[in-house]
Amino acid sequence: MVVTFGGGARDEETFMPEGQENIPRLLSELIPQSTFFTQVVNRGILGHYVATASLATGVYETFNNFAAVPPDYPTVFEYFRKDLKRPATDTWVVAPSNGFNRIGESGNRAYGAGLGAGVILPKRLLAAALSAGGASQYEHLLRDNYETPLYTPELSGSEIELRQMAEILKLSVSDFTAHARSLASPDELSVYIARQLMRQLAPSLLWITLHDIDVAHSGAYSLYIEGIQRSDRLCAEIWSTIQSEPEYAGKTTLFILPDFGRDSDTDAGGNGFQHHRTGDPLSRTTWMMVMGPGVRENVVVDRAVESTDLVPTLGSLFGFSAELAKGKPLPEVL
Amino acid sequence: MLPNQLKAAQFSGYPPLARQLAVNRVLVLQQLPLSFLPLLLREVIQYDWKFPAERKELDNQLAYLGSLSAEQLRQSMAPFAALRLPAQFERIDWVNEPVQFSEQLTAHLWATHQIDAFRRASVEYVHELNAATPPGPLPAKRLGIVLVGQGVERNTYRLFRKLRPQGVYFTRVSAENGRSILLDAVAARAQAHPIPFGHWYIDGGTEASSCGGLTCVSYASLDTVRIALVGKMRKVMQAGGGGPEVLRTMLAQMKPQDLGLSGDGDEGILNRFQVSVLTEGSGTQLFSTTFVQWSAREVLRRAQPLTLLARFTPRQREQSIRELLAGTQQKPVADPQGSLIDADMGAYYTWINQQRLPGADQSSFLVWFENHNEALAVSPSLPRGGENNTPTDLRQLLRQM
Repeated sequence: MVVTFGGGARDEETFMPEGQENIPRLLSELIPQSTFFTQVVNRGILGHYVATASLATGVYETFNNFAAVPPDYPTVFEYFRKDLKRPATDTWVVAPSNGFNRIGESGNRAYGAGLGAGVILPKRLLAAALSAGGASQYEHLLRDNYETPLYTPELSGSEIELRQMAEILKLSVSDFTAHARSLASPDELSVYIARQLMRQLAPSLLWITLHDIDVAHSGAYSLYIEGIQRSDRLCAEIWSTIQSEPEYAGKTTLFILPDFGRDSDTDAGGNGFQHHRTGDPLSRTTWMMVMGPGVRENVVVDRAVESTDLVPTLGSLFGFSAELAKGKPLPEVL
Repeated sequence: MLPNQLKAAQFSGYPPLARQLAVNRVLVLQQLPLSFLPLLLREVIQYDWKFPAERKELDNQLAYLGSLSAEQLRQSMAPFAALRLPAQFERIDWVNEPVQFSEQLTAHLWATHQIDAFRRASVEYVHELNAATPPGPLPAKRLGIVLVGQGVERNTYRLFRKLRPQGVYFTRVSAENGRSILLDAVAARAQAHPIPFGHWYIDGGTEASSCGGLTCVSYASLDTVRIALVGKMRKVMQAGGGGPEVLRTMLAQMKPQDLGLSGDGDEGILNRFQVSVLTEGSGTQLFSTTFVQWSAREVLRRAQPLTLLARFTPRQREQSIRELLAGTQQKPVADPQGSLIDADMGAYYTWINQQRLPGADQSSFLVWFENHNEALAVSPSLPRGGENNTPTDLRQLLRQM
């Protein structure tokens, strides 16, 4: 299972001494059980969709971050399904916004069509469920894109898509909307859907992209911090769910990493935590924790690794070949 | 077209002062690489609406480039010239549309992994430029003042956490007439040193009734402008409205007159600035705290004022751009405690931005928790990392600085 701690969190508000108050669960519960990489460098484009696609392909993708296009290189989902002959139901992506709807499957001819992951966009499902009205009380869950008013994709989901999802997740539309009312943020909705997937389909490869933190683009530091604190709690809850589900307990490796950081306070080209536009070291350097059976606990790895190393590492764990990925497997967790 | 094919007549579409500047410097402009020149023209084309400090900087930059020999200029521009650009960039009308060129250049540099090389080249160039054009003496030391926390009754957040190492934390500051004392102090500075756009007051709510020689900007006074802007954005983003590309162009070309503001004289320059805060700043249309922080940043970067007073007031609770564009906003509810945390970080950023300006080693900075007893002062006359628990007031603090 891969969880991106996003979108975009700085070390300063997480693992640096002054930021540790924001991540109590990661520090006290997860770090002691994990191998922790202190320097994960992202040398690619620092936009959330293209960076997450780069994480999922093991290649620094170069497409327009705001375009609804598939990744150019095969995704981890395609390697997994093709090499291991896995069915479509065995790998899923739960993604935050419409911008991610093509992430499950690349445009690569040797892979691509029919070999990717199912992509669930919980907010789109909620929008479809609410199409008859009453959306206003769910607005807090439907927030989609914080980065720019220039790209605010429609959230309209289709009735067919909604029914299919209801069937797959064994969840009635009314139960879904009723539960949604009790949630505080889009990421909580994503984790709720992920839990349903784990219980109903138990996919072997599940990718959850958290995104609440990206509210930082609005310039409100307190909301950015709240996003980090919520992501901290949700990561701990995901690990707890893994331990409590028979299909996952004792046989699941969890990777948690931000897609990238955010600009430093002192870089004149940026505006601190608000954006990730400068490409400075703080915005490119982040962390990763890995935990699960066979992974050494309470180990810190200080050497610099790259975010493209994730897919080859997953390949080594699962036993598939990520032949077009540019990164290298991380021996510390194999 | 490549820069060496540039002709003076091609600046005919520029505003008068910008045209004159470009025509006078066309010989040096012709020698600049394509990865650099449109970025410079992006500034030149705005010359007529720039603040005096910006005009002076641009004049200095062009004079510096003009003073270099052909070989020196080639060396200075070599890192930019080494960047690989496809031929399609030569076909962009970069003389008249430098902003669009700049956006495409940025995307290309990221996609081709050249953004780091561009960053290094830019830092090196600015370093050379600053060394060659040292700033003159200031008529007075700079003073920045930030008010945070209006509307907060009780606070448990540890205030000024990032600024404390830089100055003295005062815990027993009399709050009586605090805002008036500070406004009077900045107004007195404006009277003593009457410089156009040299003294600013930015308020997240409604500005004080009298601005006393200050350049004043407030979130509340721009309510109708924000509503007009969001209305235009909404129209473009609706089905058949043109979508993101049209919106991008519309925002880049937005003038004060398009939003019901004057475009003439000094008022026009200020209105251009206010429109730019709303069209270029992310979140400035949503939150008053972001509006104040971004305005203060841009005022410091562009106008380089001697005096800045920025007052944060409570922003509304979280609202997304989607809600804003959809027009489904519920009645705004204020979030004083969250706004205090935003403002605390905003004060830190305001200090950082003030420290980027010439004369930073002599500059002073004060942040006060409005209507409370906590303040923090940074000044060459005060120690760093100190705490002072003796009773004082804001007048005394200003005198100490």
